[in-house]
Amino acid sequence: MSIGLHKSDFANPVIRWVDSRLPIFTMMQKEYGTFPTPRNFNYFWNFGALAMINLLIMIATGIFLAMNYTAHTGMAFDSVERIMRDVNYGWLLRYAHANGASMFFIVVYIHIFRGLYYGSYKAPRELLWMLGVVIFLLMMATAFMGYVLPWGQMSFWGATVITNLFSAFPLVGETIVTWLWGGFSVDNPTLNRFYSLHYLMPFVIFGVVFLHVAALHITGSNNPLGIDPKGPQDTLPFHPYYTAKDSVGIVAYLAVFALIVFFFPNALGHPDNYIPANPLVTPPHIVPEWYFLPFYAILRAVPDKLGGVLMMFGSIAILFVLPWLDTSPVRSMRFRPLARPFFAVWVVSFFVLLWCGGKPAEEPYVTISRVAAAYYFLYFLVILPLLGRLERPLPLPESISLPVLRGGGPLPAGAMSKPMEKA
Amino acid sequence: MVGFRSLKALVLGAGLVAGLGVQAPALAAGGEIHLPDTRFSFDGLFGHFDRASAQRGFQVYKEVCSSCHGMHQLSYRNLRDLGLSENEVAGIAATVQVMDGPNDEGQFVERAGRASDRFHAPFPNEKAARAANNGAYPPDLSVIAKAREGGADYLHALLVGYEEPPAGMQLGAGMHYNKYFPGHQIAMPAPLNSDGQVEFHDGTKSTIDQMARDVSQFLTWAAEPELEQRKAMGVKIILFLTVLGGLAYAVKRKVWADVH
Ligand code: HEC
Ligand code: HEM
Repeated sequence: MSIGLHKSDFANPVIRWVDSRLPIFTMMQKEYGTFPTPRNFNYFWNFGALAMINLLIMIATGIFLAMNYTAHTGMAFDSVERIMRDVNYGWLLRYAHANGASMFFIVVYIHIFRGLYYGSYKAPRELLWMLGVVIFLLMMATAFMGYVLPWGQMSFWGATVITNLFSAFPLVGETIVTWLWGGFSVDNPTLNRFYSLHYLMPFVIFGVVFLHVAALHITGSNNPLGIDPKGPQDTLPFHPYYTAKDSVGIVAYLAVFALIVFFFPNALGHPDNYIPANPLVTPPHIVPEWYFLPFYAILRAVPDKLGGVLMMFGSIAILFVLPWLDTSPVRSMRFRPLARPFFAVWVVSFFVLLWCGGKPAEEPYVTISRVAAAYYFLYFLVILPLLGRLERPLPLPESISLPVLRGGGPLPAGAMSKPMEKA
Repeated sequence: MVGFRSLKALVLGAGLVAGLGVQAPALAAGGEIHLPDTRFSFDGLFGHFDRASAQRGFQVYKEVCSSCHGMHQLSYRNLRDLGLSENEVAGIAATVQVMDGPNDEGQFVERAGRASDRFHAPFPNEKAARAANNGAYPPDLSVIAKAREGGADYLHALLVGYEEPPAGMQLGAGMHYNKYFPGHQIAMPAPLNSDGQVEFHDGTKSTIDQMARDVSQFLTWAAEPELEQRKAMGVKIILFLTVLGGLAYAVKRKVWADVH
């Protein structure tokens, strides 16, 4: 790149003046205007945009909540109730924020399932995928700390149980826990640091999302066929095609979100969190928020505490190495007749874990969680590595535009002979 | 793609089952207790508070429950929402004595309550409350309707659920049998125990069931005073999003018309 003014093509003189000194308009035009995007996306490709919108909603509602929230063990609970009663539209802010966290996880889970089914984690998108896993981890930390803020019974006991997990680590465990708490139990110092971090982390997420999107715009998007675009006939400019399609998804998403916020605002929460935190009374069952339940079930499926903690972290850490565990060069499971049913069972095992995580740690739920957790790992560690060798993928279409232009009907005979492409 | 369809169905089905399972975490605990469905006016998409019932409920709270239970999130002025006039609210507030101060001389003085005061607490602190109640703590009722699985249905059931304990069941000292309380042994003696316990000014017959319904209506309003505004706004927003969604879809079809 040479030094000097950027040569800008914008007609408007003001825009051109700015753009030639700081080419953000050129950049936006390139990344969101003309950006060549595979023409065959289905609606699963809306969920990245939805996650972005959701993050913005969380930040916007959170900032206004923070103006009225008091991070003190004696005042936090009442300050949240005061937001609900005396702050103009405070109930809307608070319900949108609390349920926004649930929506965020729904959206991101679908986004992740999309990636798993269509092989979006495979080369050349490994780093893009790993950045996504980082976002997921940061979201979990943010939501966990946010849930502590209203200082209800589940806030307090959830925080106690989860932070205590770190005590399982030999030698340093106890020290880590004391350090997390800022004392010898979950108390005011804990609430204060969680509040500070809860405010900070979404902006860290924002930074990682930027890197995630930057990486996406290097490799380009995957698509339902999992094959690379071969030329302009396979792509469409992002605007207006995908801006229009994303708008449909955004409105549908807002409708679901509105239905929960306005009509069932507490359905996804736990009633115990409307009881002020009391360190002397342990609730009959301590359950985390629903979006943590699959991992909570894995934790409890292991009889040994340290083992459980390692498995729980491992169940997410494994996603980092997934691009190398899956040995098949075919991305989309549409063309992987064996991987498809195994993946379907994996999805079922995920939901079974979610269900077991909300149940008490007793039979039959413990055994069911063990089976489901075993399959969860088996899929990544054994099935995917083996399938790449054993499976005979279906013939891949010659290009994206061929099946699309033919309305997705049976493929021409010529397409059958094409060996699968290795990216 | 047939395979994909069936995969989708499988996933959706599993999601639904898991979702339903999560919906009722408390039911999994212990034996299942079925609450009678009480059908309140605030149920449903167009729900609203029955003001007359909520006012009667406030009367039940004031005359019965408030000797043990505080509601510290509420101020007397909030009662205006239930249709009480400014004078009525001032009159109700004035029936309690409030410690105020320090004044310019540095003294704390008792004065009559004002509309801006919080509901008067029956006990100065938790220890005093426990001392007066056999060691049990009568919880603050401000958000109780949100703090129990089943909400208003549970409150109503709890208040009408007192019975003789089944033969052979040994109750703890000072405990009472209640069909709907988790574990069935509750330290609160049946607060509503005879028809006509409270005399309603509007002529409604104060059966135990009626008082229980009315106080549950009142406690739901106290826990979710925004409910009416929330649901009314929700209906408008869903209608708006439906129209906007139709437009967005039409635009998308038009934009994509030359592609497929
Ligand atoms: C004599 C004092 C007293 C009066 C009067 C009283 N309560 Fe209670 N209440 C208690 C005590 C004590 C508890 C705690 C019971 C326990 O934990 O076993 C309690 C608990 C409750 C609970 C919580 C039950 C649960 O699920 O944990 C509710 C709801 C309740 N009372 C409602 C009422 C209502 C409504 C009234 C008025 C109609 C009322 N109470 C009148 C003493 C009282
Ligand atoms: C990644 C984005 C975010 C997630 C997933 C998230 C999640 C949560 C959750 C789960 C709660 C508890 C809700 C409840 O039950 O009350 C919460 C509360 C809170 N959050 Fe966030 N949050 C995010 C962003 C933010 C931001 C950016 C701010 C401030 C600028 C913020 C400020 C608050 C405050 C003040 C509360 C306490 C009030 C309350 O409990 O309703 N949040 N958050």
